[in-house]
Amino acid sequence: MSRQLSNFPGGLHLPGHKELSVGEAVAAAEIPNRLIIPLHQHIGAAAEPLVEAGQKVLKGEMLAKAKGFVSAAVHASSSGTILAIEDRPVAHPSGLPALCIVLETDGEDVWCERHPVEDYHSLDPSALRNIIRDAGIVGLGGAGFPAYIKLNPGARTAVDTLILNGAECEPYITCDDRLMRERADEIIAGARIMRHALQASKSLIAIEDNKPEAIASVREALERLDIDDIEVVEVPTRYPMGGEKQLIKVVTGKEVPSQGLPLDIGVVCHNVATAAAVHRSVELGEPLISRIVTLTGGVERPRNLEVRIGTPIEELLPQAGGLSANVERLIVGGPMMGFTLQHREAPVVKTVNCILAATREMDASRGPVRPCIRCGACAEACPVSLLPQQLYWYARAKDFDKVQDYNLFDCIECGCCAYVCPSNLPLVQFYRFAKTEIWSQEREKKASDLARERHEFRTARIEREKAERAARMARKKAAVKGDQGTGDNAKKDAIKAAMERAKAKKEGAGTQPKNTEDLTKEQRRKLAEAKARREKALKDQAPNGASGGKEEK
Amino acid sequence: MAEINSSSPYAHNPQNVTGVMLAVVYALIPATLAYVWLFGPGVLLNIGIAAVFALSAEATILAWRGAPVRPALSDGSALVTALLLGLALPPLSPWWLTTVGILFAIIIAKQLYGGLGFNPFNPAMVGYVALLISFPVEMTTWLAPESLRSGELGFGAMLSYVFTGNLPVGLTLDSITAATPLDEMKTQLSLGQTVNEIRSASPLFAQFGGTGWQVINGLFLLGGLWLLARRVITWHAPVGLLGMLFLLAGFFHFFDAGQYPGPVFHIASGGVLLGAFFIATDPTSGATSNKGRLVFGAGAGALIYLIRTFGGFPDAVAFSVLLMNMAAPTIDYYTQPRVYGHIRKD
Ligand code: SF4
Ligand code: SF4
Repeated sequence: MSRQLSNFPGGLHLPGHKELSVGEAVAAAEIPNRLIIPLHQHIGAAAEPLVEAGQKVLKGEMLAKAKGFVSAAVHASSSGTILAIEDRPVAHPSGLPALCIVLETDGEDVWCERHPVEDYHSLDPSALRNIIRDAGIVGLGGAGFPAYIKLNPGARTAVDTLILNGAECEPYITCDDRLMRERADEIIAGARIMRHALQASKSLIAIEDNKPEAIASVREALERLDIDDIEVVEVPTRYPMGGEKQLIKVVTGKEVPSQGLPLDIGVVCHNVATAAAVHRSVELGEPLISRIVTLTGGVERPRNLEVRIGTPIEELLPQAGGLSANVERLIVGGPMMGFTLQHREAPVVKTVNCILAATREMDASRGPVRPCIRCGACAEACPVSLLPQQLYWYARAKDFDKVQDYNLFDCIECGCCAYVCPSNLPLVQFYRFAKTEIWSQEREKKASDLARERHEFRTARIEREKAERAARMARKKAAVKGDQGTGDNAKKDAIKAAMERAKAKKEGAGTQPKNTEDLTKEQRRKLAEAKARREKALKDQAPNGASGGKEEK
Repeated sequence: MAEINSSSPYAHNPQNVTGVMLAVVYALIPATLAYVWLFGPGVLLNIGIAAVFALSAEATILAWRGAPVRPALSDGSALVTALLLGLALPPLSPWWLTTVGILFAIIIAKQLYGGLGFNPFNPAMVGYVALLISFPVEMTTWLAPESLRSGELGFGAMLSYVFTGNLPVGLTLDSITAATPLDEMKTQLSLGQTVNEIRSASPLFAQFGGTGWQVINGLFLLGGLWLLARRVITWHAPVGLLGMLFLLAGFFHFFDAGQYPGPVFHIASGGVLLGAFFIATDPTSGATSNKGRLVFGAGAGALIYLIRTFGGFPDAVAFSVLLMNMAAPTIDYYTQPRVYGHIRKD
């Protein structure tokens, strides 16, 4: 109880706006006529469809199975008929469509056969993980990493602490708060299963101290169930307390190594909602087919709804009383790390924790963009102790080596820096730009290395074939002349000469710069196009106004 | 704006550059009013002339560079530079002195480096030092506090002096000007007097610093504390500067109180409090991290003391800040915080 808490630097005390939506109990959202279930709702490979158009399915039936190691299955959120498997708009920052299974619901909502596990202790951890994998459970806190992988410590490390993340530090979002208040038992049950799968020695639930009801509810449940091996840890309310690395630091005092995993320091962190889903999958046999979504901001009746995966977002809005007049945009997630929804018909997926209707006033909180005045407010706010102003400087100058020297890839994109920047610089946008740019450069380099290798291989083969041909010719000539002895020598000489040519060529090739020279014209054109696109995107994001003039310098 | 807002974060705190600059202006108002009350309205002329030329020079250069003029002018940074220079110059400066100083500050020290955010040196201090080196006589002709003047200097006379260089018949410059307390202290010490003798001999000195001056400096302190409370500045640079000055002055004073004035006199005299809260805290030309700012302030404090005590200038705030501006990139380099999950590289 009296755990010594550590701290992380920076961070922000943000206006929470949680009171808007937290008051009302979670209600079940209506089952829509059509569910649109994307095959890719998680980090990793898209799931592989198991059904065809026209097929009847029951609620909970697997529609697509996990493909590869990092992937997750998807299930029918209700019973009905598959209409199509086709590209549909999805909730993704890019706004691009993706493959979805369209399911016409029959209103019966009939379950398929479920296989609850009576006593999970009787199962070994790997069997448990298989159940969780097949239930399609991914991290419900927002990232959407397949949960079963994070329940597999592997042979190399013993797990010391399982942390359930109930911090919910982003403003406006209250779905975890409501879950903890209403279904603490499920979270606790899930925590015990996770702990068994991980063979973890300790487990705890971390909750920000601005949620006293949730804390009380979890404590009450623990007491009622007479469980004393799960600790409730009250953590201070400070954004981004719910960031995995920040929470781990605060709770354990240890830091996840840069580029490493929490597992490296014996810690595994899961969201509380993920724990509840694990419980349902194992002990009730229910795959992940719904989740709690906060509808808040500029809606008439902000609240939390239990929403079937695949429900079009626009159909949820009336259930929250509809949008107010001054709503500018819908944000998926919170105001700090969410993204703008580009198509309102896009469905709720497993990672959608909040639909925030942003009003004009919210957007206007930001003033004109000015040059960086090097005030250091961003560095003070950064929970990772980066120097955001330097990152910005080098990202803008497209000096991607320098930007990595300043540890761009340790940035968690929490947005604290941009929140405080008095010049209103779109800092995080620049970091995202630099990251994608670096990734694509690396891909290009890999591609060109591959192309070069192929090219060398091909040259060598051609030379070898030439040599052999030459040898054959020589032999033929010799045979014609009827002079066997010289023929053999001629063949050898020809081969030797050809080999030397090939060798010289290969060595020559080795000294050439490893760039895009080996690419075809088409590839090069594509690269150039991609580059131009990216540059344009940067320009669009570059602060207009005062610094616009600087860009020309 | 739509494009910028198209991805997160969507929220922003209400702080912006204009707000910061205006807060600095507000924080300087009480001291400015006291200045007028104790020394007459000369300082307002300084500030007025500086502001007019600062804004026009900034607008001209921006237009010439093809950059949008309005957003840059509205950020308030030129106004702050004008205010700081106006307060730093002697309150009876001829108009051309102020003009040359502010043009130098805005054009050379700020815009030629790229404008707001790109100037490695504090523009107001660059302007001040340029004047101090080029026009030492004008820069050391200080008005005496009104209470210590033998001649009567009306507003009309002041205007006439600032714009034409002529005083009304019968009024001599000597009757209205005096050495600054720091100047007087330095001169007399070099003549072999002790600190106590000097302080009791001249009405220029009061209990903390100079007569009149100490009130103004007290109000600079108050304005600075207000900025701190509003979180416009952090405590690091001021504490570093004042702390180091206090330590050094206290150290020497402790061993030889006759030769070395005490820490309170040093802090309450000259431009120290203005420098600590309004100049060493300049974000652009200062150090970036809080640790760096502490070092920056301490360095400036040490330089102020050393130059005042052993160097050729009685005040030295401007020189010290500029020298530390030069050191800022190095300080930043060595005070980088340890990034989460990284082992400190030593
Ligand atoms: S907060 Fe903004 S203006 Fe200040 S240093 Fe950071 S990027 Fe520059
Ligand atoms: S977005 Fe990145 S740089 Fe900015 S505060 Fe968060 S971690 Fe630091």
